Amino acid sequence: MAKLIWLIPVLPLLGVAVNGTLGTRIGKRAVGAVACGTVLLAFLLSCGAVWELSHLPEDARHVAVSLGEWLPLGPLGSDGTLATVDWGFALDPLSAVMILVVTGVGFLIHVYATGYMAHEEGFARFFVYMNLFMSMMLTLVLGSNLLVTFVGWEGVGLCSYLLIGFFYDRPFDTRTGLTCADAGRKAFIVNRIGDFAFVIGMLYLLSAFGTLDYQGVLAGVSAGAGSHAMLVAVGLLLFIGACGKSAQIPLYVWLPDAMAGPTPVSALIHAATMVTAGVYMVTRMSGLYAHAPEAMAVVAVVGAATAIFAATMGITATDIKKVLAYSTVSQLGYMFAAAGVGAWTAAIFHLMTHAFFKALLFLGAGSVIHGQDGEQDITKMGGLKEKMPVTFVTFLVATLAIAGIVPLAGFFSKDEILWGAFSSGHRVVWAVLALAALLTAFYMFRLTFLVFYGTHRGDRHVWDHAHESPRSMTVPLMILAVLSVVGGWVGIPALLTGGRDINVFHHWLAPVVGAAHAVTQGEAHSASSEGLLMAAALAVALAGIGLAFAMYQMNRGSAERVAGAFRPVYTLWRNLYWVDELYDAVVLRPFYALSRWFAAFDRWVVDGLVNVSGILVDISGQLLKLFQTGYVRNYALLFLMGVVAILVYLARL
Amino acid sequence: MIDPRFVLVLSGVLFALGAVGVLLRRGAISILMCIELMLNAANLAFITFARLRGGPEAQIYVFFVMTLAAAEAAAGLAIVIALFRLRGTTDVDEINLLKW
Repeated sequence: MAKLIWLIPVLPLLGVAVNGTLGTRIGKRAVGAVACGTVLLAFLLSCGAVWELSHLPEDARHVAVSLGEWLPLGPLGSDGTLATVDWGFALDPLSAVMILVVTGVGFLIHVYATGYMAHEEGFARFFVYMNLFMSMMLTLVLGSNLLVTFVGWEGVGLCSYLLIGFFYDRPFDTRTGLTCADAGRKAFIVNRIGDFAFVIGMLYLLSAFGTLDYQGVLAGVSAGAGSHAMLVAVGLLLFIGACGKSAQIPLYVWLPDAMAGPTPVSALIHAATMVTAGVYMVTRMSGLYAHAPEAMAVVAVVGAATAIFAATMGITATDIKKVLAYSTVSQLGYMFAAAGVGAWTAAIFHLMTHAFFKALLFLGAGSVIHGQDGEQDITKMGGLKEKMPVTFVTFLVATLAIAGIVPLAGFFSKDEILWGAFSSGHRVVWAVLALAALLTAFYMFRLTFLVFYGTHRGDRHVWDHAHESPRSMTVPLMILAVLSVVGGWVGIPALLTGGRDINVFHHWLAPVVGAAHAVTQGEAHSASSEGLLMAAALAVALAGIGLAFAMYQMNRGSAERVAGAFRPVYTLWRNLYWVDELYDAVVLRPFYALSRWFAAFDRWVVDGLVNVSGILVDISGQLLKLFQTGYVRNYALLFLMGVVAILVYLARL
Repeated sequence: MIDPRFVLVLSGVLFALGAVGVLLRRGAISILMCIELMLNAANLAFITFARLRGGPEAQIYVFFVMTLAAAEAAAGLAIVIALFRLRGTTDVDEINLLKW
């Protein structure tokens, strides 16, 4: 079954074909069944393949399938070997984790979406895009070389664009006058910047190693091929690509606006799967990064900075989805910080647990929005735990998980990242991440208290009609809630089990990141400091929760006073550090000015040359037309004169 | 036997008469007749040269020219008739739409 992994991305593509051609005719139930069914099949196939993989010996867990040659590139690389790029797919422990998360969470979100989108126009179009996304995401994680991954990388970018702009005729942000279509364009264009760097990085790799195959490249790196400077350059270029896709500073600006898409899209693409592609890719290339410590330092710094930077913006946001969007950016920063300090297993671990609880948070938010006629402003909510008990309980579980409360999923993964940062000697990164954890717990509980506790602050009419969502939406919520609780139990550190090693996640990923770990060996573990750090992480989370409780539950209205006391900081955060305005002034306006200059050059110089030649032809035409008298005898005379002239010429010879 | 030069001169005179006719006459029918005159002047020259050279090639050209002349007369007259029906005249100076 592991040889059939190429079918996994193809199955959702069948859904695209069926729903794309017949979707408007077969009815919503059939569309939903086809869309969910193909993803379920892909999930089952993935389970089978991973099951088979797990029964191979540990160092043989790599199944590669090639569907044939794609690009024959000729002699390349230092030794001039013939380079080719195959349509190659590969299953190893890392891609196994990814396909299970993508198809598993993806299936739940598809089911949820059949309920959420039930009353929307373009039901079939929505699921065509969603299935296409699944196909592309699976291509991304299963590709055995960078180029196949890049195909998926671009494909998910396209689907992201299509789905953000799904309600293309609706306004999105009244403050900036952005429409949903604009938000989609913004995401697409910002991603182009990262993708450009990604392509250059690939070309560097190709010229240095003569292959784009992950195994070939990493084998070349560990064999010492490629200069140090080149490895650092490639590491940085690939990371810029990851910055675009995974919304890191300075390319994070598209993700908050990506919330213009329907909520299941935010859950699937902009929380659980696509935005983690950058983390996946960096981990995939961990063997290269391990030999480029400068690039790793940049990854760690950018990740930690993003984690805290986005968390502060999450504190002041009032749109329920935007809070979650900033939270996602922040958590992605966590993952990159983990990858940057060499804790790749922790990064993927957090990627997985984050997929569970963040998907759950978004779906819960979608349920809240759905039950209140589309209201997204948390200042107009409150007291919803009575009206939506299932949504409330599951949302609370996810909130506890992301805050890092033992024994939920987020606790283990976040703790592992913090420990990884501390034990590898990156104390500053650790401190920043710990502060971000405090903020995370604070803004998530702020959200929970504002939405579910207290009294409703919105329209009376909305409150009367607020209702729990249908079962197609609540059942995925419950399943994800269970996963958010138990998802972390695959990676319990030995410290908590009295030294018994039950951390299956570490052992599972060891074949993929082991080589890189061997290069970047950190300080030896010390049980006492690890326990201390764990307690500190928990204390920080509880402090955040306590602060939120004090400000939004015990002492309502104190939030305004606090905001008033720190007016400049509040204004800074409320306006998102004016980053959009900064980009507008520094990048967009000069770019527009340059474009206008080029447009003028085109109009006056290029078009001018064309016009001059046209005018010359016109003038000669005006002169030549005088011969066209319309009198047939004139023509005959000219004809005769011509013949005489030819005869004279010939006779002269 | 007549000196071939006289015949060639006659051919040249006939051709010149035809050409001047084409250039100066205004009636379409007259112009067609003048063209016939030019064609037959050419035929006369061909025959003369055939006689001088003794080969068959020039005579074959004459047949071609005669065939062409017949076709030309048929097509030309048809055009003149159509023109007359349309414009009520065969004066080529009146038929001058095709100018700037």
